[in-house]
Amino acid sequence: MSGGVDSSAVAAMLRAEGHNIIGLTMQLWNQRRLAGHEGMPETVTGRCCSLDDVYDARRVAEHIGISYYVVNHEERFERDVVRPFVAEYLSGRTPIPCSLCNNHLKFDQLLVVAQQIGADCVATGHYARVEYDDARGRWLLKRPADRSKDQTYFLFGLTQEQLSRTLFPLGGMTKPEVRELARKQGLALAEKPDSQEICFVPGGDYKRFIDAYLAESGEALPDTAGELVTASGEVIGEHGGIHNFTVGQRKGLGVATGSPLYVIQINGADKQVVVGGDEHLYSRTLRARRVNLISVGELREPMRVSVKIRHRHEPAPAVLEKIAADEVLVTFDQPQRAITPGQAAVFYDDEIVVGGAWIA
Amino acid sequence: MLRIYLDNNATTPVLPEVLEAMRPYFGERFGNASSIHHHGQETRAAVERARDAVARLLGCRVAEVVFTSGGTEGDNLAIAGLTSAGDHVVTSSIEHHAVLLTCKHLEENGCEVTYVPVDGRGQVDPDDVRRALRPNTKLISIMMANNETGVLQPVEEIGKIAVEADVYFHTDAVQAAGKVPIDVKRIACDLLSISGHKMHAPQGVGALYVRRGTHLRPLFFGGRHERSRRAGTENVPGIVGLGKAAELAMQGFEHSDDKKMSTLRDRLQRGILAQAEEAGVNGEGAPRVPNTSNIYFDHIEGEAMVISLDLKGLAVSTGAACSSGAIEPSHVLVAMGLRADRARASIRFSLGKQSTAEDIDIALALVPETVARLRELSPTHRKVAISS
Repeated sequence: MSGGVDSSAVAAMLRAEGHNIIGLTMQLWNQRRLAGHEGMPETVTGRCCSLDDVYDARRVAEHIGISYYVVNHEERFERDVVRPFVAEYLSGRTPIPCSLCNNHLKFDQLLVVAQQIGADCVATGHYARVEYDDARGRWLLKRPADRSKDQTYFLFGLTQEQLSRTLFPLGGMTKPEVRELARKQGLALAEKPDSQEICFVPGGDYKRFIDAYLAESGEALPDTAGELVTASGEVIGEHGGIHNFTVGQRKGLGVATGSPLYVIQINGADKQVVVGGDEHLYSRTLRARRVNLISVGELREPMRVSVKIRHRHEPAPAVLEKIAADEVLVTFDQPQRAITPGQAAVFYDDEIVVGGAWIA
Repeated sequence: MLRIYLDNNATTPVLPEVLEAMRPYFGERFGNASSIHHHGQETRAAVERARDAVARLLGCRVAEVVFTSGGTEGDNLAIAGLTSAGDHVVTSSIEHHAVLLTCKHLEENGCEVTYVPVDGRGQVDPDDVRRALRPNTKLISIMMANNETGVLQPVEEIGKIAVEADVYFHTDAVQAAGKVPIDVKRIACDLLSISGHKMHAPQGVGALYVRRGTHLRPLFFGGRHERSRRAGTENVPGIVGLGKAAELAMQGFEHSDDKKMSTLRDRLQRGILAQAEEAGVNGEGAPRVPNTSNIYFDHIEGEAMVISLDLKGLAVSTGAACSSGAIEPSHVLVAMGLRADRARASIRFSLGKQSTAEDIDIALALVPETVARLRELSPTHRKVAISS
């Protein structure tokens, strides 16, 4: 229970259906920790794991009459989510902390806690569906009824074991229906706005977050400044650090040319940011590593799938094939714009999540 | 669900006699104790009767008792009310946050503070206190009993050191009051704070013993209540409750209730240790208040243990609860030299006057089975089992 509408509605719904449920909030990050560091705001308000959100979750638990506890996993969150997030940016990739959090915290540590306290399953407010397929003998992850809220992209790392003990009760509902349910259950937070940004990065300013985090940890920000080059290797300027860039970015390049320039590649090893015209952003293939398969046990032969390469991307038709022990090649029918290392490539067979991997 | 409460160091239930004593002061006896008329006289008399009882509990003069809102206020008033910029304070690393954070606040305002360590049993060495003294030392503040382990500190020896050095001595006796006899003369302290709700009076009331001639700057300003040491209209029902609880505590000592409680506590402790391996008492070997037992169970997470037991109706605690209700490793256990994982695997059981032999039986049925189940799920425990 994050203190948001979705998980609160799930709790109220399961309670109304007569399930024996226990409310848990994961305390993952101390929002006050970086307050005032390196230009971070002195006060923090209304973000995940804040006292306000814990307060809201506790009020919901009290309202629906269930036991409620806060469990502290700040150490694991820092180790498995925050550190990799910082390291990825500093090496020129664009990370997705939500997937790491799902893999390492919400569907790992939280399932452990559930088992420890004698609960059979964990139910969350994610928009996705999970069901067992007899024919395949596998647990399937499927896209939800409300495609605009689809969170399967962040859940591709779930294992069969994790899926077997997970419930996504909102999978068949739309967001307006969830709000309506929250209102009917008398939840005071029914109109609470959706959270959009990364929960531990206030205001979405990840550059300032990295500065403040390293300063607070007593570590120096590595010098990642270097050259701005064109696709043909011509040096056209300098940049202040590769972690300030992401593939497809147009603003903040610091060079003026006749036609619009975009970041088309970031070379972490030599600290180069490669820029070029829009046409250079398109690519037909991608390689991805650390593969997790859900609907199939293994990839024996090339498979027709649709592939989503970032959260707000419409899955595009492609062929998926295994090219090494833990590496796949995706060949799109049509070139795709701004394939970004560090993001996930998630493979769909219509509404079924085949699996996913991290773009190399 | 049958609920067993063994978290009395967090708070205690108000005893029925205490509630009865308080009841009229919520209703017909509503006067302001500062008023001249009959109503005021009635409540003034009640406040002073309570002051008598608290003075008897502490072995001090009536005029030396200042009623407060609780232990935190008493600690703040004693420490911040006595010190000024340039002063040095000696305290310990295992104090309650009401003392530690007041000291941090002093440090930010020009005071110096020395935090003396504790040994593996959780006790301060009086010689460390002596060695920490400086020419500008104004105050020693060392607790009488620790809230997490129940370990009693050598306050009488520290009191002698304070007298010899002519520095003030404050002791936070919140976890000692009502559990062990207190005599401020023997301790030779100048200031001693207690809290009502840790001794079966309600939450929101406490008292600070202020030795005659000790000048404190007040924390807040207003009327000349409590001899100008604590402005604000008295919490009459609370004060009456505290007085009654003090009276009951004194009667308890006469009837050896403290011995009976330590017998129950020891049975709980022995029973748990007999059934759970790789477990032990934090503070073993040190003198302790009779109601507390802090036990580590290696390879478990205290947090999961507290939740599991609560779901079965047994209330215990681990570490100190922070503002969000989440649990961080206890600074007390860490200061005693426990590894962080053992500190997190520690559970505090604390009895109250209402605790019965049946409560202990139920706890003895629930705790070992919960420990066993959590260990089955513990990766570190499995490793040990396989390698052995």
